[in-house]
Amino acid sequence: MADRRENPIPGLLYKLFVFGFGTFAVIYLVAPIVIALTMSFTSGQTLKYPPEGFSLRWYEALLDPVRSATEHAAAFNSLKIAGLAVLGSLLFAVPATIGMSRMRKGTVGAIEPLLLSPLVLPSLVYGLAALIVANFVGLQPSLWLTVAGHVVVFGPLMYRAASVVAQGLNPSLAEASTVMGASWFTTLRRVTLPLLMPGILAGAFLVFIQSLDNVSISLFLADAQTTVLPLRMFALIEESLDVRVAAISGILIGLTLVVMLVARRVLAPRQA
Amino acid sequence: MKAGGFPYVIPMLLLSVAFFATPLAVLVGYSFTGSEGPTLANYGHFFGDAFNFRVLVNTARLGLETVLATTLLGVPIALLYWHSGKTARQVIIFLTLIPMLTSNVVRTFAWIVILGRQGPISEALLGLGLIGRPMSLMFTELGLVMAMCQIDLPLIILPLVAILSRTPVQYTEAAQVSGAGPWRIFVTVLIPLMLPGLLAGWILVFASTSSSFVTQAVIGGARNVYVPQLIYREVGTLFDWPLASAIAVVLLLSTGCLLVAMTMISRHRRLVGHG
Repeated sequence: MADRRENPIPGLLYKLFVFGFGTFAVIYLVAPIVIALTMSFTSGQTLKYPPEGFSLRWYEALLDPVRSATEHAAAFNSLKIAGLAVLGSLLFAVPATIGMSRMRKGTVGAIEPLLLSPLVLPSLVYGLAALIVANFVGLQPSLWLTVAGHVVVFGPLMYRAASVVAQGLNPSLAEASTVMGASWFTTLRRVTLPLLMPGILAGAFLVFIQSLDNVSISLFLADAQTTVLPLRMFALIEESLDVRVAAISGILIGLTLVVMLVARRVLAPRQA
Repeated sequence: MKAGGFPYVIPMLLLSVAFFATPLAVLVGYSFTGSEGPTLANYGHFFGDAFNFRVLVNTARLGLETVLATTLLGVPIALLYWHSGKTARQVIIFLTLIPMLTSNVVRTFAWIVILGRQGPISEALLGLGLIGRPMSLMFTELGLVMAMCQIDLPLIILPLVAILSRTPVQYTEAAQVSGAGPWRIFVTVLIPLMLPGLLAGWILVFASTSSSFVTQAVIGGARNVYVPQLIYREVGTLFDWPLASAIAVVLLLSTGCLLVAMTMISRHRRLVGHG
């Protein structure tokens, strides 16, 4: 070990920097989530923080089927779009993952950037491009157009998540199944898909979350009847700073936490 | 089984070409469209207008400020991760993923509460006697950068942590045994190690700031306009689609150039340090 007679001050400063400033940064990262969550239990009319009292009144207002009919419709639309986007991503991205795992590296390297390119493009730009083309071919903005947009832009997330798993698979497993006389469908159903499942689940989770949260595609491709939840929240914030937004936030944060804990349970043992 | 995979790829390939590449090509073509055939007028209009040009500059500045702020907070978190044990490392990742997976609009809403006149910042400064009356950071660039920094922070933490989790402790131990102090190790060992992650994070953060429509609209307010709102305004209220396309192409090119530049830097062996 080095001689320990050197000046101790830089070491202390470094510790202060890492543990002091690092902890501050972690708090900065997480505090807004805690603040949004606690804000949702306010008993007040305004966004005063810290709240003067706590109640469930904004959750009650949000669950009220008459008062919050628009919000319920928006949440339903968003869930429907997200569910369909996951389904669409499965149909396109999972076969692509399987196909790519059976192709030569050079070909994969040539095709993959095209498949992944929607991930790096600002989705607002894509929303506008899709709107222009839809208009050219005579399609009006609709729920289905929004779903298509989400599949195009978020499908690559499914592809990427599933290929990470596919790359680690031993190709002999599928070969063994074929050699033993299983049809390609049986091999797919009994060998390939179960092995890919962790990646597919992770991909489905990512696509669902991204779709649920997306504003910039829905902004251009959704029609007036198909208000989605994030855009409805945006409207509530812009119009009146309605405290029901806090209750919606509370529910969304709660859902995120639940899904993360479930995902840890389902996916963690494989990483160990 | 090295051949025969291609048919499986065809559906997604067609989807990418027909519904992604084609619309983009049309968008670019549309940006050169005028009432009398092909024209550069849309670009001329965009760059000729002092207001539009200022919006472009403001957007680039907002992106760079956010990149700087996320780096200042992200690197200490990465170092904290590096010096932590196994459990603490898992906690840090979990705490990074929670905000990342929480809706963007929810995070924006949280910042409305924080930055507002009745929010914790204003209350704290009042309590300390630093300000005489309630103050709001809403509709200011400072408030917007504070919010965007928190919203984009996971995008820089995760690439850094991905690198550090693969790095053996022996790297810094060797430097320590050779007599290097902690700051020297930070500058000569850890920063070069983290550089590819930093570059990846910078690209993600900058790209994210160029499309975070809601945060900019809500927290920036009507006085601070950025390119995404400009595009939406041209489409939604002014119905000038060719001009909107031209602005979108400019946005695309400016982020694209940055992307290419960053990728080239990250492949520069001597600069990144693994040759």
